Amino acid sequence: MEFFLLQIALFIYVAATAGFVVNLVTMRKDVERISTYILSAGLFVHTVGIILRWVYSAHPPLVSFHEVFSFLAWALALAFLLFQVGHKLKALGAFVTPIVTIFLIMSLIHPKAILPLPPALRSYWLPIHASISLIAYALLTMSFCISIMYLIQERQIKQKRLGAIFKRLPSLQTLDKMSEKCLKIGFPLLTLGIITGSIWAEKAWGAYWSWDPKETWSLITWFLYAALLHQRLTVGWRGKRSAYMTIIGFLALLFTFLGVTYLLPGAHSYAT
Amino acid sequence: MPHNATSKEIFLIGVNHKTAPVEVREKLALNQSDPPALKIFHSLPSCDEVVFLSTCNRVEVIVSTSKGLDNAKAEISDTWINCSGVDPETFKKCIYEYVGLKAIRHIFRVASSLDSMVVGEPQILGQLKDAYRNALESGCCGQILNKLMPKAFSVAKRIRTETKIASQAVSISYAAVELAKKIFGDLTGKSAMLIGAGEMAELAAQHLKTNGISQLMVANRTLERAVELARALDGKAISLKELDDALIEVDIVISSTGAPGFIIRKEQIQNIMRPRRHRLLFFIDIAVPRDIDPKVNDIENVYLFDIDELKEVVEENKAERQKEAIKAERIIEAEIIKFDSWLSSLDIVPVIRGLQEKAEHIRKRELSRTFKNLKHLSEKDKRAIEKLTQSLVGKLLHDPILFLKKTDEQNRSEALYTISKIFSLNGLGHERLDKIAKDVNLKAEHNDEKFPKSMSRS
Repeated sequence: MEFFLLQIALFIYVAATAGFVVNLVTMRKDVERISTYILSAGLFVHTVGIILRWVYSAHPPLVSFHEVFSFLAWALALAFLLFQVGHKLKALGAFVTPIVTIFLIMSLIHPKAILPLPPALRSYWLPIHASISLIAYALLTMSFCISIMYLIQERQIKQKRLGAIFKRLPSLQTLDKMSEKCLKIGFPLLTLGIITGSIWAEKAWGAYWSWDPKETWSLITWFLYAALLHQRLTVGWRGKRSAYMTIIGFLALLFTFLGVTYLLPGAHSYAT
Repeated sequence: MPHNATSKEIFLIGVNHKTAPVEVREKLALNQSDPPALKIFHSLPSCDEVVFLSTCNRVEVIVSTSKGLDNAKAEISDTWINCSGVDPETFKKCIYEYVGLKAIRHIFRVASSLDSMVVGEPQILGQLKDAYRNALESGCCGQILNKLMPKAFSVAKRIRTETKIASQAVSISYAAVELAKKIFGDLTGKSAMLIGAGEMAELAAQHLKTNGISQLMVANRTLERAVELARALDGKAISLKELDDALIEVDIVISSTGAPGFIIRKEQIQNIMRPRRHRLLFFIDIAVPRDIDPKVNDIENVYLFDIDELKEVVEENKAERQKEAIKAERIIEAEIIKFDSWLSSLDIVPVIRGLQEKAEHIRKRELSRTFKNLKHLSEKDKRAIEKLTQSLVGKLLHDPILFLKKTDEQNRSEALYTISKIFSLNGLGHERLDKIAKDVNLKAEHNDEKFPKSMSRS
């Protein structure tokens, strides 16, 4: 049942993505509003799906790849909708909803079986650590999307190609500020995710930090984002350089999230 | 033009942004002179009427003289060189001189903003009107310039309504603001700086202000000018020496100086990026030649657009623009023909000669016709009759000619026109010229009074 709901949610996300792309091309405000409603509907169905799974599996659905990707897609869609309430960054939908869709597809192609939770993971720290980290990932993904938009717009203006793309994207400074905003919320959450993780590790394995690949890569990612924020706040880094750093940080994050699990197995592997 | 030495000539001498560097223009503007430049030139014996036009991009003396062109040229040049302290060699190199039709064409083109740095910018017309009003109030204008200047204004108005020349300059400053918005988003709270006090820069600054720019600085080589413009725009004047410090503060820079080389170089901007904490910086360079090194655009977070790039932003169609320019020039040519026909009607001699020639022609024709029928007349009789006709014609023409000669300058053109109409002196060609003007296939502005009737305006 809950799998069926996720399929419906995916279908709705695809529709919302199409809507935001149409909005990007036609620049019609009403299309944007309708797309936002469609996305909200998808999010609602998705939420019901996640709750149902939680009920069936009797543990927070944040364990298998299927569950984690599903939660990530959910968090990203939610973060985007909340962000749009306050900021109305035009064209952002066309960049974020495809990623929401991809995350949910990733979730659906991974085995959906409910696995028994290993005793080591049975702790209230699981939902705390995992949800905080994944929400941080969602915000940093948004920041990544906005940075991509920044780089595209920056290129248009630098090369004086003031055509269709130029007209459709927001101003440089707005993009820069919004990217920073996502970083400023996402980074503390990332930090909190690592701290809660290490507390949980101490409870489960008896050591705060054991340098397994996941932990090491989390730390590398954390340092990248820390350096970026530091440069932004002290030296005033912004614009293109900051956008590139955001993208590098996101790639490190992606590796921490996926690469480590697939390529460098350790204690942190998701149940598959 | 068929004017003899004693008739009135329109003469124009001046410099503009194309012919003279800003230092020379500033000196020739005679800003500080006392008495004012207008009075100085008007006091010259050869200058019957004077208008003195001084803007950021041009300084021009427009005179009407009846004392001979060479006199006027020499007097004005000498006086101008003396008062401004410009080196005579430089002066010769920088100035342009126009006489008669060419002067009229130049004034029409200036008024219509076809000669401006940014073609179509609207402020030059206002400046020309101010210059004329100034001359009018100081009693420096007479019959000729009182006709020529208002005519120039109406030509400019006609070009503005009938062609799209004017909308272009406006759209350039609009494009600059749109670009600024694409870089900064909301312009509220941002600051801008003008370097150089150009007409177009002022327009763009106005536009930025209405879009929420909170602080405006004006930097200029001469501080007085900066102060003047700063006051007009409600901004703050700074000297060029303070430029680097100001560049750390501002977000948008509009540069339009007449400097021959770059006044802002790449290293200069590279050095200020750290103190300005890498905040975005937007340069608009509307000077020709350019003020800002194009390499500045390579610096991170710095965006530079020059006038050509801005034009490309707004340019829908190059051929369209070309067509508008040709249309404007055609309007000007048509108006010049009309003005010239009025001007030549001012000449009393051709009218009198025309009158006499016509009378003589009629007399001779009628006489020969009569003599053909009266074959019996002796040579003596014929001579007597010839005498009679001559004296008849002479007596008949005496009063009209006297009337023409006695009429004062203010009413002369009216009188000349009336006389030549009454006697239908076609040789003077009003009708022909009017027709030519009409043939220049334009939407003729019919509310614009038909040519020589509007004399009473003076």
